[in-house]
Amino acid sequence: MSNYVQLLLSGIAVGSLYALIAIGYTMVYGILRLINFAHGDMFMMAGFFLIYIAAIPNMPIWGALLLTIALTVLLGFLIERCAYKPLRSAPRMSVMISAIGVSYLLQNFATYFTGGLAQAYPAIPLISNKIEIFGVSTKLITVITPILTIILVVALVLFIKYTKIGMAMRAVSKDFETSQLMGIKINRVISMTFIIGSFLAAIGSIMYFSYYEQVSPTIGAMPGLKAFVAAVFGGIGSIPGAVIGAYLIGICENIIKSFPAIADLSNAFTFVLLIIILILKPNGLFGEKLSEKV
Amino acid sequence: MSNILEIKDLVVSYGGIEAVKGISMEIPEGEIVTLIGSNGAGKSTTLKSIAGVVKAKNASILLDGKEIAGKSPDYIVSAGITLVPEGRRVFPNLTVLENLKMGAYLRKDSIKDDLDYVYGLFPRLKEREWQLAGTLSGGEQQMLAVARALMSKPRIIMMDEPSLGLAPLVVRDIFEIIKTINQQGITVLLIEQNANMALKIAHKAYVMETGLITLEGTGKELLANESVKEAYLGKSK
Repeated sequence: MSNYVQLLLSGIAVGSLYALIAIGYTMVYGILRLINFAHGDMFMMAGFFLIYIAAIPNMPIWGALLLTIALTVLLGFLIERCAYKPLRSAPRMSVMISAIGVSYLLQNFATYFTGGLAQAYPAIPLISNKIEIFGVSTKLITVITPILTIILVVALVLFIKYTKIGMAMRAVSKDFETSQLMGIKINRVISMTFIIGSFLAAIGSIMYFSYYEQVSPTIGAMPGLKAFVAAVFGGIGSIPGAVIGAYLIGICENIIKSFPAIADLSNAFTFVLLIIILILKPNGLFGEKLSEKV
Repeated sequence: MSNILEIKDLVVSYGGIEAVKGISMEIPEGEIVTLIGSNGAGKSTTLKSIAGVVKAKNASILLDGKEIAGKSPDYIVSAGITLVPEGRRVFPNLTVLENLKMGAYLRKDSIKDDLDYVYGLFPRLKEREWQLAGTLSGGEQQMLAVARALMSKPRIIMMDEPSLGLAPLVVRDIFEIIKTINQQGITVLLIEQNANMALKIAHKAYVMETGLITLEGTGKELLANESVKEAYLGKSK
């Protein structure tokens, strides 16, 4: 029994982290039709930000956390302004290549700056504490992660549904030119999308590394890819879809890991899932239909 | 009567091809002005460059004598010019009410009176307030597109082919609405394939062919013009 609880708990926790990253992919795709390959590396950068900031003498941990979030958001904003905005009217392929370039740039920058070795993530008091539920001993973070994720997702969905800028995001995602005719400044809306995506990636990063305790320059790639698969699974562009996809992948992965004979295949499972979805349901669970009423 | 909008030497090119080759137009305040011409003549491009979504290569566009060429679309909307785009282009994933709110995006004052005003013009929209715009019929979408444009409190409303693809009865309704809007003091700049109806309601009209203005006059004059009759009204000599 306690074994299953353990599996489910860690599956939900990992799924929540994928969800926070997947939202960044899916929102950017919804508006720019761009797979932001640099998103997983943003997550890695957020990890290093906290390591270096927390090492500053006399820096309180809450200050380091806030600063990490702020820097990650700033980085996401700057990446969009420098690498994607100048290509606004270029073919989509050019923007995608630019995104791949940014991804390698961040990885190599991190390798150069840190020497390429994995570094220990600082223990954050309270959330790194051990607790016991249903007879299972785990870090408090395993329980906090899903709760915080759900709160953030609900807040985001309400934001997009009820605020003026949220409405503008939905409008821009359908039609750039007509949105401009309404007087919507689309560059602002796009910046806002990157800011929200980076913010969630920063939160995800803090929780992920509190759990796994190590940051290395290429560590963003795998969670990034899995979050991307989650977004495709749920129907890219759809926020609830991305969240459901992320939980599904997180839980399945942990179940597979529990069987020693196939434990090594847990990553392969994710990508086999991607292939199956693309064959059977290319638009994902909640994806928009391609046909439009003219 | 004074001109609210003056366009001088507007040149627009798309990828090396000149779609608009230096046209000039004068739009008197409070009138309905129509621009007719065949497909590909450059009419839509003209309106889009006035709205600021297409950059002109060379132009002077004066609103009340003040230069607005090269300004951003949001500046032009807040200056009082709005465009109802071709093919309606309502936001299908937003409700009718949300679409109307998007029309008033730049306004900071209360929009309640304006909602009542457009619901008065188009009672059907009031009934469908909570419906997604993508589920409306073509005619209703066109009404929504016009209503959405009115929500910005424009002084000039530009309409690109409002009758396109609509049933004849609905087309008549749309033209009635255009007249009503105009009687309430809003200047109208109208592009139409349906030259016959457009010229009947227009105070002033221009004919555009392959990027150039080839004829201008009052609506009545052009209705009686032999070459216009032949080319656009489907009547033989």
